[in-house]
Amino acid sequence: MLTFDKMQIVQGDFRLSADFAIDPGAHVAIMGPSGAGKSTFLAAVAGFVVPQSGRLLWRGRDLLPLPPGQRPVSMIFQDNNLFPHLSVYENAALGMRPSGRLRGGEPDRVRAALADVGLAGMETRKPATLSGGQQSRAALARMLVQDRPLVLLDEPFAALGPALRVEMIDLVKGLCTAQGATLLMVTHDPGDAARLDGALCVVDGGQVSAPAPAAAILANPPAALRAYLG
Amino acid sequence: MADRAQPLNLSVWAGGLAAALILTLTLGTIAAVLARAEGSFALGAGDLAAIRFTLVQAVLSGVLSCVLAVPVARALARRRFVGRAVLVTLMGAPFILPVIVAVLGLVMVFGRAGWVSGALGLFGLPPVHIYGLHGVVLAHVFFNLPLATRLILQGWLSIPAERFRLAATLGMTPRDVARHLEWPMLRATLPGAFMVIFLICTTSFAVALAVGGGPRATTVELAIYQAFRFDFDLSRAAFLALIQLAISGAAALLALWVAVPQATGAGLDRTVERWDAARPGLRVLDGALIILAALFLLLPLTAIALRGLPEVLSLPAGVWQAAWRSLCVAGLSVIVTVVLALSMTLAITGLRNRALAKGIEVTGYLAVAASPLVIGTGLFLIVFPFANPADLALPVTALVNAVMALPFALRALVPAAQEVEARFGPLADSLGMTGWHRLRRLTLPRLRRPLGFAAALAGALSMGDLGVIALFADPDAGTLPLLLYRLMGSYRMDQAAGVALVLLGLSLLVFWLFDRGGRVDADL
Amino acid sequence: MKYLLPLMLLATPVMAQDKPVLTVYTYDSFVTEWGPGPAIETAFEATCGCDLQFTAAGDGAALLARLRLEGTRTRADVVLGLDANLTAAAAETGLFARHDLGDVAYDLPIEWEDDMFVPYDWGYFAFVHDADLSAPTNFRALGDSDLKIVIQDPRSSTPGLGLLLWIKAAYGDAAPEIWQGLADNIVTVTKGWSESYGMFLEGEADMVLSYTTSPAYHLIAEDDASKVAAPFDEGHYLQVEVAAAVASSDQIDLAHEFLRFMVTDGFQSVIPTTNWMYPAVTPADGLPEGFETLITPQTALIFPAGEAAEARDLALDEWLTALSR
Repeated sequence: MLTFDKMQIVQGDFRLSADFAIDPGAHVAIMGPSGAGKSTFLAAVAGFVVPQSGRLLWRGRDLLPLPPGQRPVSMIFQDNNLFPHLSVYENAALGMRPSGRLRGGEPDRVRAALADVGLAGMETRKPATLSGGQQSRAALARMLVQDRPLVLLDEPFAALGPALRVEMIDLVKGLCTAQGATLLMVTHDPGDAARLDGALCVVDGGQVSAPAPAAAILANPPAALRAYLG
Repeated sequence: MADRAQPLNLSVWAGGLAAALILTLTLGTIAAVLARAEGSFALGAGDLAAIRFTLVQAVLSGVLSCVLAVPVARALARRRFVGRAVLVTLMGAPFILPVIVAVLGLVMVFGRAGWVSGALGLFGLPPVHIYGLHGVVLAHVFFNLPLATRLILQGWLSIPAERFRLAATLGMTPRDVARHLEWPMLRATLPGAFMVIFLICTTSFAVALAVGGGPRATTVELAIYQAFRFDFDLSRAAFLALIQLAISGAAALLALWVAVPQATGAGLDRTVERWDAARPGLRVLDGALIILAALFLLLPLTAIALRGLPEVLSLPAGVWQAAWRSLCVAGLSVIVTVVLALSMTLAITGLRNRALAKGIEVTGYLAVAASPLVIGTGLFLIVFPFANPADLALPVTALVNAVMALPFALRALVPAAQEVEARFGPLADSLGMTGWHRLRRLTLPRLRRPLGFAAALAGALSMGDLGVIALFADPDAGTLPLLLYRLMGSYRMDQAAGVALVLLGLSLLVFWLFDRGGRVDADL
Repeated sequence: MKYLLPLMLLATPVMAQDKPVLTVYTYDSFVTEWGPGPAIETAFEATCGCDLQFTAAGDGAALLARLRLEGTRTRADVVLGLDANLTAAAAETGLFARHDLGDVAYDLPIEWEDDMFVPYDWGYFAFVHDADLSAPTNFRALGDSDLKIVIQDPRSSTPGLGLLLWIKAAYGDAAPEIWQGLADNIVTVTKGWSESYGMFLEGEADMVLSYTTSPAYHLIAEDDASKVAAPFDEGHYLQVEVAAAVASSDQIDLAHEFLRFMVTDGFQSVIPTTNWMYPAVTPADGLPEGFETLITPQTALIFPAGEAAEARDLALDEWLTALSR
């Protein structure tokens, strides 16, 4: 259970509060108008933003005192997900150990993760030689290697074309389901949320709404989301 | 995202330590100087003349460089021709050209027995004089005309292309364009360019040493040297050091105040499409200006190459020993520069306390206004009671050169490191990459290019330096620039040209090796 | 084997160090391959069983500054190349030892009595020029002319200091006036004599401050009679070049031996055609052919050693003031 206990983020005039819980293994899309605070909300979970008050609990343990690297979280950003000077293998290996120095069976696990995302044989390539979709897959491989119970995605596939995006969301969904991970994904595309086919939180007016089934909300959007979707 | 965890404690300490070292070397040496500058000291006629000469030559050098750079920059801005990119790149080169090499080339071209005087003689004109104010200003213009040209060219290219198109649709003449577009740009650019050159020229030593001399053409820096080497008057040297500090400090403050433009060197390969300047007369004028500027820059080096090439293989063994000493000094200087610059950069980008970070950064830039001779004087006074300064000449030279190169190294590293943090910091944080692993896996690989460039600059600057070494060194155990200076002094011009060629080659080699080391296989 | 021996000596510096090393600080032109250094080194090493090493330390006056700078830490055993105008200041440093030469029959134009500094050569300062130039015959005429001259800095060079004292001795209180007249004739002021003379030979100036004996170099070494010294009717200032042992030397006996050697033919006969000065003790063979062509000043000007220091300070101020304008 990921519990937001009266958590409030304050940045100058900006305020955002969340007070609900997410079931383990849930797939949650997060939508809302730009500037509403979707990414900030995610950043608070990841540990980049420190809330002013309230608690953030994972399985009863308060996450707020922990630095980003020690939270049970793996994260994929909008861009800059890969270090350009490291190979695909080295990038993924960083998910195992921040030093990148692996031992025992760890290299095999990294290779297996790369195979799972369809990058077998591309271990030595540098990110610049990969297509956009392949770069996303490499980041997902690292996420797999990290094997954390919380997966955060911040508009990760915004730069990809529609068909590729569908493919990637299916892949993420499959991977998270296989690992039993809880998935939070910020997106601005209702198609993404529908494809994810899980819960949906709407961020608007300084509030993050409690998750509700995405299909139901998209079929009958609340006023704020309707204005945004147009 | 200012509140992320702080994994960089060690580097913050190292950066603080580096900043403390810089403060000791710049301000601490002044304290040593102050302590020594006791008793009464009346400014003599010679000292006043040195102050006056320092200011006059710096103003003249700044004004002439800027005034001459404007037409050259305009010509470069509006003409496209084969070799333009090479010429623009070349204009960045004087920065790493050893001063004493350039002076030798200028003497060969502009001296009384040089090419220009020879050509004037054919027309029955008197020869030109290179010694004294003429020579000092000539050498400073040689070094700073390219800098001014690049700064002003940048100004030209920063005028949006649409404005020139608009000017064309309005049927503006070159004069109108100058008034409406170019003059406002120049008014914004020129004061900064002038101040930079003025600041550089106030701490001129090697040029004044080589073609100045005599009470009429002595800079304060040179007067400090004379107080040491001629009179061994430490108290006088200390007072002169304070005067130098006041001059360059004031110049630095002025330069900060007028907001100095930055020569990023990026985007200078563009030209401005000019519909008003298509007239044949203007084309010829621009062409002539570009050729003249290129000749001015290239002839002195050509003169050295022509005269020096036959000598290189027959140079005495002492030359190669001096070359080896120079390489050692440069190598040591590179190491010190990189260690200082890197630890300060990490502290500047990693510190949560922004005021402290800013303080470290400002400390690093302090050295721009510091005079190597003043630092040298202070170190000399500190060292003298304990050891023979000549024994420490090489390490002290390397250290002072490193401090002088530090501002340029920081200029290259800090923005790059800030960009790395902005782009990859969150990812590294989320992966828990901290401390040494973060440095080795993220920061160092990402900073390879600016690190290579900083090292290249430090190496080349140190290789060609003729400053502190002249103050400290036993002439028989000097560096290559000092040897070259002595050969020029004894008018062994052929050998001097040979040594100059070796020095030039080594400086460029050192620059190329480090700069290339940073570029090869660097993934962007 | 005979040829291998020197190579082996080079390769094994330990063997070379078995001999005591005598370090002599001197001025640049003394140690050049065409200067007196090499011949004197050979001659002295033949008898001393030591390794004589010359260290060039700039021009004569800079030598003294260097020694002050190094103090008792100096590696110098002997300092060679100061002149009579500097002996008082040099003695004041307390760094020099008394010599043990006793009475030597010097061939100097003046009486020499000094218990520290031993003269080794002498000469008159003069402006040297090309023979086809009609040269001025005094400082006023030189100041009025358009001729370009190159001189040396009195703070670093003994000829430079000599010129200062020359004008001071000849004109007294009117010296600043003379300097003002000369100011626009001076191309540049160099640190040492070699720089100036080199500039003159490269054509950067019409006349150079040097010695009446300088034309002998061109005449004898290069068979070139085109250079002459200009006789000035004020008289010419006399320079006596001296050497002394350094008191803190760890080779003090060797240093004294060198000073004794200095006034013998082995040293003195080398001087005229390498240092191009008059020897302090004329060698048995007399002066080389060609020296008789040199001009001989009517009047020799010189300040006594005790007064030279005071005259220097005053004249230096005047010089700085006049040339700073």
